[in-house]
Amino acid sequence: MARDAETRTPRSGDSLLPFDASLAPAGAAGGALALPMDQEFAPRERFSLGDLLRDRRWFCGVILLLIFLAAVLAPLVAPYSPTEYHPAIVAQAPTRAHLLGTDELGRDILSRIIYGARVSLAVGIAAILLGGVVGIFLGTIAGYARGWVDQVVTIIVDAILSFPSIILALAIAAVLGRGVTNLVVALAFVRIPIYARLARGQALQVRSLDYITAAHASGTRTWRILLRHVLPNIFSPLLVQGTLSVSFAILDESVVSFLGVGGVEPPDPEWGGMITAAQSYIFSDPWMLVGPAVAIIITVLCLNLVGDALRDRLDPRTARAAASRGV
Amino acid sequence: MASYIVRRLIFIVPVALLVSFIVFMLIHLVPGDPAAVLLGEDATPQNIAALRKELGLDQPLLTQYVLWLGQAIHGNFGRSIQLQQPVFEAILQRAPVTIELGIASLLFSIVIAIPLGVVSATRANGRLDTTVNVTSLLGTAIPGFVLGLGLIVVFAVFIRLFPPGGYVPFSEDPAANLRDLILPMITLGTGAVAVNLRQVRASMIEILSQDYIRTAWAKGLHKPRVYYIHALRNALLPLLTIVGLQVGAILGGAVIVETIFQWPGLGALAVSSLLSKDYPVIQATVLLSALSYMFVNLLVDVGYGLLDPRISYGKGR
Repeated sequence: MARDAETRTPRSGDSLLPFDASLAPAGAAGGALALPMDQEFAPRERFSLGDLLRDRRWFCGVILLLIFLAAVLAPLVAPYSPTEYHPAIVAQAPTRAHLLGTDELGRDILSRIIYGARVSLAVGIAAILLGGVVGIFLGTIAGYARGWVDQVVTIIVDAILSFPSIILALAIAAVLGRGVTNLVVALAFVRIPIYARLARGQALQVRSLDYITAAHASGTRTWRILLRHVLPNIFSPLLVQGTLSVSFAILDESVVSFLGVGGVEPPDPEWGGMITAAQSYIFSDPWMLVGPAVAIIITVLCLNLVGDALRDRLDPRTARAAASRGV
Repeated sequence: MASYIVRRLIFIVPVALLVSFIVFMLIHLVPGDPAAVLLGEDATPQNIAALRKELGLDQPLLTQYVLWLGQAIHGNFGRSIQLQQPVFEAILQRAPVTIELGIASLLFSIVIAIPLGVVSATRANGRLDTTVNVTSLLGTAIPGFVLGLGLIVVFAVFIRLFPPGGYVPFSEDPAANLRDLILPMITLGTGAVAVNLRQVRASMIEILSQDYIRTAWAKGLHKPRVYYIHALRNALLPLLTIVGLQVGAILGGAVIVETIFQWPGLGALAVSSLLSKDYPVIQATVLLSALSYMFVNLLVDVGYGLLDPRISYGKGR
């Protein structure tokens, strides 16, 4: 389900603000929803504390920060070891000692979720960084150079886009074998096109601006123009896409682990893998599913909402135009 | 229009070639001798040597690719290691199951998304709109396998309304087939519902502010006529593109749904081949999923032009 949502073509009125709409007075939500396409906006606008408090989606940012901190500080935060077996307390329903219960080997589910966050976040972020760097590189060069370079890059991007992304990611992960690095490579590869397209569209826009012509005329080298003048100007839409993409990468990562095709080696905890284990106990102990499932859903939901908020804030026009043009 | 189709077809050739090359290269990413990999663990050195010769593994990579492609075009993807039957045959046997699931899920997503999208657009920011938005947001955040397992827990374990899995062909027992279909269809379609809903809602909001709708109101037309006849027709066009893109997501989602609900389709075949390192099957399923996705989107692009006279496929795009 990932690709279509990611490459969806947002139009005006697409800014779904459920939390504003439900929590804020009707006028405030209406104002945000009616965000017009042609609204003047200042690209250099900075966040102010007022904006932060007004947009309730930033609450999701706080949740994400907490998840991130829990992942980083897992040894301090987790109440138990994520891998130690306790045969005496196998498959216990949630108790005060084990808030989310224990799994089929008596391991504390909460602790495994906290440690599992490390894998999900690390893989998600690393995949987006890797796929993003490659995609931005290809797209910027294509958009800037035009001509045959552009055509070749377009064919590469279209070819990768022709695969249902999760199938390609699964195939690459299976072929490369288990391991976090291989998983990152597989997930990064299928993310290249979205960045390449976005960067290409932005680079096409930027290259015709006067100051780029001026930089050329003054004898600045091409790579320097790309690095110093083009890239910084296409940064905001890429940041927005990046935030949204991390959630898709985390979803894909959980699928790959759930199907057992790639990912971390057991007994190390990972959310998708925990759900696979819980699947065997679905009739006797369905609550085993709850913890890891909620962890995935909250993380992905918060990333989506923060991504949406960033898009509305940073760059309503260019991000949308570029994504919907589908170049 | 005709020239547009021709141009699209010409452009699709290099893309399809590159797609097939990526699929071909998958086997070369595996550590070790591709012939040994293709034959599985039980292969004898004689078999490996024979296959090396047959595949031309002593030839340059590009020659190997051309040989492989020539076979693939004729539907020859080799023999499956786990199934001990020709790969293409295995795929043909399983395709109807996945096609049924895919079409049912797409229909489900469209049938749910259109009325909800229209209603929430016409009452933007109302209570219903908010509920719909929150639900659709959740819909995009819940992974398919979590939703599927959740549905099993609720509708097969707690309330025994539907079976937790299994598949009966429609030709054998239509009622059982439809009963088996419900949970997988919802699982696979929900993500698409969320996306389609957002799309219908967004385009409806945009369209309802246009002049011709104001004219329709001014003529004194009733609400249902304005919403469903005048506005919805134009709002559905962008949905077509989105649904085309969803075919890819459906193919990907089938991998998960068929595994959870034990449906003997292409998705389940793909997973079992991935797990058992059955590379000929992996190559064939990945290639066919990409090609069918490309084909559907070509149809969508062409259909878009036929349906919307405002779109011309001139040189300026």
